[in-house]
Amino acid sequence: MQSPSPAALTELKLKANDIRQGIIRSLLAAGSGHSAGPLDMSDVFTALYGCLMRHDPKNPEWPERDRLLLSCGHIAPVRYSAMANFGYFPVEELLTLRKFGTRLQGHPERVRLPAVETTSGPLGEGLAQGVGMALGAKMDGKDFHVWVVTSDAEHQCGLHWEAVMTGAKFKLDNLTAVVDRNFIQIDGSTEDVMPLEPLADKYRSFNWAVFECDGNDIAEFIETAQRAARFKGKPHVIIANTVPGKGVSYMEGDYTWHGKPPNAAQADEALRELAAERERILANG
Amino acid sequence: MANAQTAEAMRLVDYRNGEIKQVPTRNGFGEGLIEAGTRDENVLGICADLSESTRFEGFKKAHPAQYIEIGVSEQMLVAMAGGLASVGKIPWIASYAMFNPGRSWEQVRTIMALNETNVKIAGAHAGVSVGPDGATHQAIEDIAIMRVIPHMTVVVPCDSVQTKKATLALSAAWGPAYLRFGREKSAVITTDETPFQIGVAQIFREGSDVAIVACGILVYNALLAADRLAREDGIECRVVNNHTVKPMDEAAIVDAAQSCGTVVTVEEHQKHAGMGSRVAEILAQRHPAPIEMVGVEDTFGQSGDPVELIEFYGMGVDAIVAAARRAHKRKG
Repeated sequence: MQSPSPAALTELKLKANDIRQGIIRSLLAAGSGHSAGPLDMSDVFTALYGCLMRHDPKNPEWPERDRLLLSCGHIAPVRYSAMANFGYFPVEELLTLRKFGTRLQGHPERVRLPAVETTSGPLGEGLAQGVGMALGAKMDGKDFHVWVVTSDAEHQCGLHWEAVMTGAKFKLDNLTAVVDRNFIQIDGSTEDVMPLEPLADKYRSFNWAVFECDGNDIAEFIETAQRAARFKGKPHVIIANTVPGKGVSYMEGDYTWHGKPPNAAQADEALRELAAERERILANG
Repeated sequence: MANAQTAEAMRLVDYRNGEIKQVPTRNGFGEGLIEAGTRDENVLGICADLSESTRFEGFKKAHPAQYIEIGVSEQMLVAMAGGLASVGKIPWIASYAMFNPGRSWEQVRTIMALNETNVKIAGAHAGVSVGPDGATHQAIEDIAIMRVIPHMTVVVPCDSVQTKKATLALSAAWGPAYLRFGREKSAVITTDETPFQIGVAQIFREGSDVAIVACGILVYNALLAADRLAREDGIECRVVNNHTVKPMDEAAIVDAAQSCGTVVTVEEHQKHAGMGSRVAEILAQRHPAPIEMVGVEDTFGQSGDPVELIEFYGMGVDAIVAAARRAHKRKG
């Protein structure tokens, strides 16, 4: 894994912008769904699909591919938009999100869209499956890496911590969990609803290698993930600090955008902001 | 024409005259798993701290590289197995039925069934015949919660020999599955020569007055009840070993109702939503007939001796005989 050149980094920033626009358009078309999480994870998904992962959009079931599991299935729009923008399927298909007959179910289903790797939505289950995949890779001497994107609030689930314990037992250094640390959940701040801090210390005490970074800074996330990948003997967690709703000013930091889509006027405004941001990226890199 | 394999072909033990061996059904699972692991190295055993009582110990010894221990975490058992299955493994996950699928049902539904992964659950210590452990450990709702899940195969073998065959058959058949078995020694009525095929019910005794459709260790009680009914009442019962609860052998059920005119269902489970309820669903739609059900009547178990509990909760030979007499009377 090479660090991206300045030109490549600009390309990645443009991709993240495309992904955010795809999220807004698909949510508007769907008329329901989650806004804040998908927007704040756009930079992480860009880094994963655009730089960090070994994958082939034209051969999504390539056995040697890195596995990317989205544990918090409700932020599926960012995964779908990232997949479309990295060539897994046409961008127009994003407008079928949550509609009858679509491959882009409200929460991802592997049987309908194999490249999502697993079916998710019920929270706290992704890391446990990732542990199984990473252990299976070790048993078979395979060198693919397993990435699991989790929300912060799903750290309130017991099963997640069963998975943390198991990952440490088997020293799964081919497994990286990414925590979308945006501090929001449906009912408010994570620290009001059920405090998670000190989250990094929790992972350390469970024998994981812990890394933290700005999850909305693509270069910093890539650098952190590369540093994590070199760490042997323990599973890795990257606590990616993000701003919920990142990229759309009126959503940023507002937990009420956790679980609702923009209306037409709001979507227009969001797309105008994102178009302006795109111009800034082109001008300044 | 019924699917069910006929009585002559069954090659059963001579249970009327010979000495009946008593072996726990869980032993059959242990033996079957060792063989499955030899046949295919992708077969794994994943254990949640119950290696002795679920009979994983032999597998652990025979195939140490295929054996995984994760401690007391049944939800993890299912979810992790889903991950392993998706990279080509065939994981068998075992715990007490009360905890898996009892505790892990949502993971079973999402990760095994909706996600269509090749994970096999061994549900040990099912039924009130667990005995002294008491109601917390007596799964009598597990058939209900598993048979309602799409894509799931549910098998409840009648003895240890059949449990071994079922373990091998399920290991070789792709798809999510639940194998239910018990703790206590129970009568071995089938032999190595007895055929076994998932989804094909077996006629263990011919008769045309009443059909007794049973699963699990109570199939033996059904056979004893049938002999008594013949002796004391002149009622000849067909006894069907309905080992596959899902997908159920509908043709065999309909044929039993058509041939005998009435059906008694027998299972070590709640009457609500179990194997007998599925029989009733099939017959209500395809061939309505009077049905009597033997099972637990909407209550929980308690500590006690297994045989005593089977009797107390109305699943002994006497209860089956009484149910068959009622069924026979209702034919009118």
